[in-house]
Amino acid sequence: MPLPPKLQSILDTFAEFPDPADRTNLLLSYADVFREVPPSVATRPFGKDHLVPHCESEAYVWALMRPDGTMTFHFAVENPSGVSAKALAAILERSLSGLRPADIAEVTPDIVEHIFRQNISMGKGLGLMSMVEAVRALAKRQVRSMQ
Amino acid sequence: MSAITDRGYKNPDVLVSTDWVAEHLTDPSVRLAESNEDVLLYPAGHIPGAVQVDWTADLNDQVRRDYITRRGFETLMSRIGATPKTTIVFYGDKNNWWACYAFWVFQLFGHTNARIMDGGRVKWTKEGRAMTREVPAYSPAKYRAPERKDAPVRAFQKEVLAHVKAKGQLVDVRSPEEYAGTRMHMPDYPNEGALRGGHIPRAKSIPWARAINAEDGTFKTAGELKDLYVTTNKLNPAKPTIAYCRIGERSSHTWFALKYLLGFKNIKNYDGSWTEWGNSVGVPIEK
Repeated sequence: MPLPPKLQSILDTFAEFPDPADRTNLLLSYADVFREVPPSVATRPFGKDHLVPHCESEAYVWALMRPDGTMTFHFAVENPSGVSAKALAAILERSLSGLRPADIAEVTPDIVEHIFRQNISMGKGLGLMSMVEAVRALAKRQVRSMQ
Repeated sequence: MSAITDRGYKNPDVLVSTDWVAEHLTDPSVRLAESNEDVLLYPAGHIPGAVQVDWTADLNDQVRRDYITRRGFETLMSRIGATPKTTIVFYGDKNNWWACYAFWVFQLFGHTNARIMDGGRVKWTKEGRAMTREVPAYSPAKYRAPERKDAPVRAFQKEVLAHVKAKGQLVDVRSPEEYAGTRMHMPDYPNEGALRGGHIPRAKSIPWARAINAEDGTFKTAGELKDLYVTTNKLNPAKPTIAYCRIGERSSHTWFALKYLLGFKNIKNYDGSWTEWGNSVGVPIEK
């Protein structure tokens, strides 16, 4: 199953930068444009049912359904050191929002390895993959509810 | 938190406060070195003038499971513009896990002119102090290092086995679940390959984080540390002691606390730790 085009394009961009320093800068550029969940969707204290499990960056995720049957994702990252989580959240929000749940449900956590490569630390890996799994679970839940 | 000098440490000089660091940002005899688990943290923002010392890229041998050689250490010190007279002040994420780990590796090469910034990155940022993304460029320095000398601070498996037979003191600084063998990795971390769970026989379970104040990452006072390690867990500061965890990073933190803050006479870090012990054939394990 091919990845959604926007996500594939981002992965292709990362693949063009074998140098760790370049990849770091690219990741930071995503972390810099991370937008926290708007108050119209959620305010602190965030509900624990939105907390991504196994993520030490304390990432939260929300999914909204649009009238056209596509989804929108919002994130919050509570740990101020959660730079990697912010970068991934920005990537997921930009590449998956606007897609149908069935397409999002096909995205697997191994994209984390393609994005972070040597920039992934041992503790971060599981948490980042859990972020993808959380998004995927929300999409799967939506698929089931539509059947 | 009280001033470092008021906390009763055996060697208070080995810790510096965030105030001290702020006053020495442009001191040419001081080099700030940030060591993190997350390699994105330093480029995302660090203390002005600080260099990055990465535990995988800078401190570990890139082929064998071992540390850099003398030549590798000299190259590192040259890169960060440090001479044997430079005071290296380490700080980092995770309440200074990796800072203590880097500090410990530096001791393998006898660079005793090293400090830890109490509270690490979390305290500095909580205090709203300056951070920058500007990577400093220092003129390469000439650094002639001695050959790496492991024996004073590093324990290998053979020594740990003998230590177990001699009923020596061991400190397991992992989580209680890892110690009990119900989990073979840190909570929320991937399983990095131990085939057996449990702990080295007779090791005391004292998770590393009990040595710090959770609110700002600073070390507890000597009195509090003594209560924890000596009174409650019956460790004798005069007896040889070995600390271990999973790969030697968390136990570097405990090693630092026991050696410098409580003055344990003979404390070593077993960096092979559980990823070696839990995979070794025939070594004794308790659950």
